[in-house]
Amino acid sequence: MKRKVLVYPPNSMILSDLVERGGHESLVLMREIGEHVRDAEIDAPPINITEEDLKRALRYVSVEEPAGLKGRIGLLAPLLEKAEASIILSDAPPTYGCMGCAVADEFFKFLIRKREIPTLEVRYEGGERTDEMVTEIMAFLEQLSKEEKKVR
Amino acid sequence: MTKVAQISCGTEYSGIQWMLNDIAERVGIELVYPEMELSKVGEACKEIGFEAESPSLNIMMASAVSMLDDPAIKGALLLTCFKCSEGTIVKDMIRRFLHERTDMPVILYSNVEKPKEIELYSRLEALKTLIARKTLLMREKQEGVTMGVDSGSSTTKVVVMRDNEIIGKGWLPTTDPVKSADDAIEAALKEAGIPENAVEAVGVTGHGRELVGEHLRADLNLEEVSVISKGAALLSKCHKGDATVIDMGGMNNKLILMRDGIANTFNLGGICAGSSGRFLEIAARRVDADITELGQLATESKERYELQSYCMVFGIQALVVALASGVKREDVAAAACRSVATQVYDNQMQEMEMRPPIIFVGGVSLIEGVKREFENILGVEIIVPPYSQYAGAVGMATLVSGV
Repeated sequence: MKRKVLVYPPNSMILSDLVERGGHESLVLMREIGEHVRDAEIDAPPINITEEDLKRALRYVSVEEPAGLKGRIGLLAPLLEKAEASIILSDAPPTYGCMGCAVADEFFKFLIRKREIPTLEVRYEGGERTDEMVTEIMAFLEQLSKEEKKVR
Repeated sequence: MTKVAQISCGTEYSGIQWMLNDIAERVGIELVYPEMELSKVGEACKEIGFEAESPSLNIMMASAVSMLDDPAIKGALLLTCFKCSEGTIVKDMIRRFLHERTDMPVILYSNVEKPKEIELYSRLEALKTLIARKTLLMREKQEGVTMGVDSGSSTTKVVVMRDNEIIGKGWLPTTDPVKSADDAIEAALKEAGIPENAVEAVGVTGHGRELVGEHLRADLNLEEVSVISKGAALLSKCHKGDATVIDMGGMNNKLILMRDGIANTFNLGGICAGSSGRFLEIAARRVDADITELGQLATESKERYELQSYCMVFGIQALVVALASGVKREDVAAAACRSVATQVYDNQMQEMEMRPPIIFVGGVSLIEGVKREFENILGVEIIVPPYSQYAGAVGMATLVSGV
């Protein structure tokens, strides 16, 4: 069964590619930003964050939170709401994809966990251990196709 | 177009980048984003001496290091989100780093999702002046006969100067900006004892400068930050080295760090009326004193009393309650002065280091009680130069003599 899998970091091309290879649909930030940027009715360059995005974030964060956190969470909220499973990669280097703001990072991971969808949490492994990390991710994706629900 | 580096941790996520770009273009600034290799981020953090938890703040530090390699960049705009403590720390570290390595002006802004356009405009306009008019701002002496007009939000100040001396002054409440300027000019010329056509050049600054400048066909029209700092440097004869200027008027406060008599960073208030001269005007009325007597009354205070709120409404209410419960007028007057000074300290001074000497100008500088409270808070002597309320007008008269 094909699932919508949210990846974290949400702009990780590598994780997105692995999800697609595993037969699922990846939910990534680039797609959400792409939709904003291509929307001819929004004129707020460079990534067309609108007041609606900031308001959407208020479902998850307090009005007192910094504007950048609200913008990031507002942008990610639709992905979170669509997600049927997720992969959280911890301690990845910035080149692997990142959200930039540590508080937004931690808060978004918390929101993913709170959704109680099948989630794989895996530590980034570089060098020779990259294979093990990829194998673990692919095994999770394979199981997703078979099982109804799995939470780790 | 003047190139200014925008160094931020992701302003685009706050939804305000389009506004920044729009305002920058209007004031003649091209915002550029210094590029750096991701592999150099660690090195940049080591150079500045700090590593943040947020990757984007580390990238921000790397951008600051990288901008030093581009000679076309003439200033920097540092932006992080309002209420982000880590961002505030990094922003301040970058400012200090840039001031150690360069003499370019740097401005800081804590962005919210709906910033007031005027807040951004006034900051970027001042940044542009500090870059584009640097040679003029280096002027340390007024020459010939010139007039400076400061059309402020509460009062209009005019000075006529001859060979670095003030020979005439006018100071009136601003009602219709043009009429107030005309009347203050008339008073200044009368005191100077010269006809209008003896004035060789006129310069205008302040909130009403566009309207008044057009009416007077001014030779120079500049925003307040660069002009007031120049006026403060001239009045206090502080042309070399570091200095800090506190300018407090009827509605707006400015905190300016100077080097060699030219502003190189600043912080603008104006968010809360509780830290304005207007608050003191209302407090004076409540203690049945003229605003000119409030400061002296405050210095007679023997018992410390604290207002429970900075707010223009609730602070004044606390003041009324205090008077009704028998607290002495002078203690209430001192509490009002302390309330204003503390709020300026909390909201503006803490964002920047205070570089002595500290020069206090603007109408509120004449209120002795506020000066004393700043001295208590900061633990240093504050300089209130003669004619401190005319700093903007003196700055303008001096600068226009170099045009």
